[in-house]
Amino acid sequence: MTYAYYPGCSLESSSRMYDSSLREVFRCLDLELVELEDWNCCGATAYFSVKETVSLAVSARNLALAERAELDIVAPCSSCFTILLKTHHMLEGNTELSDKINEALGAVNLSYKGNVRVRHPLEVLVNDVGLEKIRDAVKVPLDGFAIAPYYGCQIARGESSFDDSEDPVFMDRLFSTLGARLVYFPHKVRCCGGMLMYTWEDIAVRLVADLMRCAQENGAHLILTTCPMCHANLDLHLEHVRKVYPEAKPTSTYFFTQLLGLALGIPAEKLGFDLNYIPIDQRLKDLIQRTTEVTHA
Amino acid sequence: MVPKSPVHNHTPGKLPLRERALRKAFLQRIHDIPGGEKLHRCIQCGTCSGSCPVSWAMDLMPRELIAHFRAGDIESILHSRTIWLCASCYACTERCPQGIRVTDIIYSLKRLAIDSNITLEHDGAHKLPQIFVDIINKYGRNHELGLMMRYYLRTNPLQLLRMASLGLAMMKRRRITFAPPRVEKALKDIRTIIAHAERLEVPKEIFSPEYRPDTVGYRAIDKVSSRSSKSPSTTE
Ligand code: SF4
Ligand code: SF4
Ligand code: SF4
Ligand code: SF4
Repeated sequence: MTYAYYPGCSLESSSRMYDSSLREVFRCLDLELVELEDWNCCGATAYFSVKETVSLAVSARNLALAERAELDIVAPCSSCFTILLKTHHMLEGNTELSDKINEALGAVNLSYKGNVRVRHPLEVLVNDVGLEKIRDAVKVPLDGFAIAPYYGCQIARGESSFDDSEDPVFMDRLFSTLGARLVYFPHKVRCCGGMLMYTWEDIAVRLVADLMRCAQENGAHLILTTCPMCHANLDLHLEHVRKVYPEAKPTSTYFFTQLLGLALGIPAEKLGFDLNYIPIDQRLKDLIQRTTEVTHA
Repeated sequence: MVPKSPVHNHTPGKLPLRERALRKAFLQRIHDIPGGEKLHRCIQCGTCSGSCPVSWAMDLMPRELIAHFRAGDIESILHSRTIWLCASCYACTERCPQGIRVTDIIYSLKRLAIDSNITLEHDGAHKLPQIFVDIINKYGRNHELGLMMRYYLRTNPLQLLRMASLGLAMMKRRRITFAPPRVEKALKDIRTIIAHAERLEVPKEIFSPEYRPDTVGYRAIDKVSSRSSKSPSTTE
């Protein structure tokens, strides 16, 4: 299977380990990713808060490029995924709007007819590859790992329909296939605050503290996420979180592709485990050790 | 703290000129939201406020936004911190029993606030998206470091000092890119698209519903959508 790959801005810098681990995992499972040439920012929630038509046009350019390549577009960042999907749906539901956008795209000989499927890699792995095949590819089972699956607020809501919006299970199913134990984590779709961490830090810190408490009290060894912004909020602000939740332990948050990569026997160096701010814990070090032994054996 | 609204007379037909203008602009905008006209169905149940992860910090909770709209008081909504506190998490939209697109409505309120120059006096939250737009217009992609620097410089330069150690740690891990992103060949294309779309952004007056006294109150959207030729037919 071949997909158009839309990394998004965050995967170029702050979350480059999401990019590298995703590429490794896809390669390992025989999925081809063709990066969209000269993709541009999807506009995120921010552009959409300022100008509607322009932000939709900016976002639709990426869809138009994928349509020309006749490929589904894979967007790992939750925010990109949501915005691209939203763009697709808004144009579908409003011909006046879609005429305007196509007029703007037409200025550079592009057009969007509405034929692209916007996909999240989690859903691609479960639906297109299948859990059977992934189970067969496991080299190092994750036995004994207690995981809090954090979906974040975006990928199961809005226009997205691949999973349940209140209690999504794709990550749960994927990681129990790998042998991990999924802890009770009722906050799996609760928002971490996103950009509020910059605009109203006091408020965002409380939201992040709630997530950390929920993971910690339910005995999670680590939190898995699908989104760069969620990752940044959970990884970078432990000191601030301790001001409202003094008992916060340094629970690491990783991208789901990083841990999946380890289970598939991909060397840790290629998955960027050393890039987190919260230091890596012993349990994970042991797992990385086991992966090294397996891959060198 | 509930924002002081300059509008005190909420009698339909007697709204101040400014409120009428804002109302008209808002009604135009919700027409672009597929299903936006469902706003009139709100039963004030409060599910949105109860589902919202930040409603505890809002001056007007999501349910109250809709109540204020109906009461003919958009101006106080635009002055509230609520619209800038909304993290676009879609919890309210997901759970609203009436299918009201609360998140999208708040998006249009944000745009309306910026367009009509009504922004928060003491908090800078509304500046972040505007700086973001400048960066995208310039480079075609976001530049995380540039966004943060510019935002803090314009709102709270001291925060930069507090963030320094975090920045250093990120630098060591090469998770900060200093140079702005480069979209190789297509930057010109992206700017052309933006320039064209800018011109199309101007709401077409022909579709804009006229202001009438009955555009206030429970019937507001009902009247407007039945009068408009293009009321979107959405799946129920
Ligand atoms: S999520 Fe953000 S930064 Fe990433 S591509 Fe979309 S808008 Fe640009
Ligand atoms: S949980 Fe937070 S960062 Fe993640 S998608 Fe939602 S707002 Fe964005
Ligand atoms: S949940 Fe829907 S119907 Fe209930 S108050 Fe909110 S917007 Fe109105
Ligand atoms: S989208 Fe905004 S208003 Fe709605 S629940 Fe989320 S933060 Fe609250």
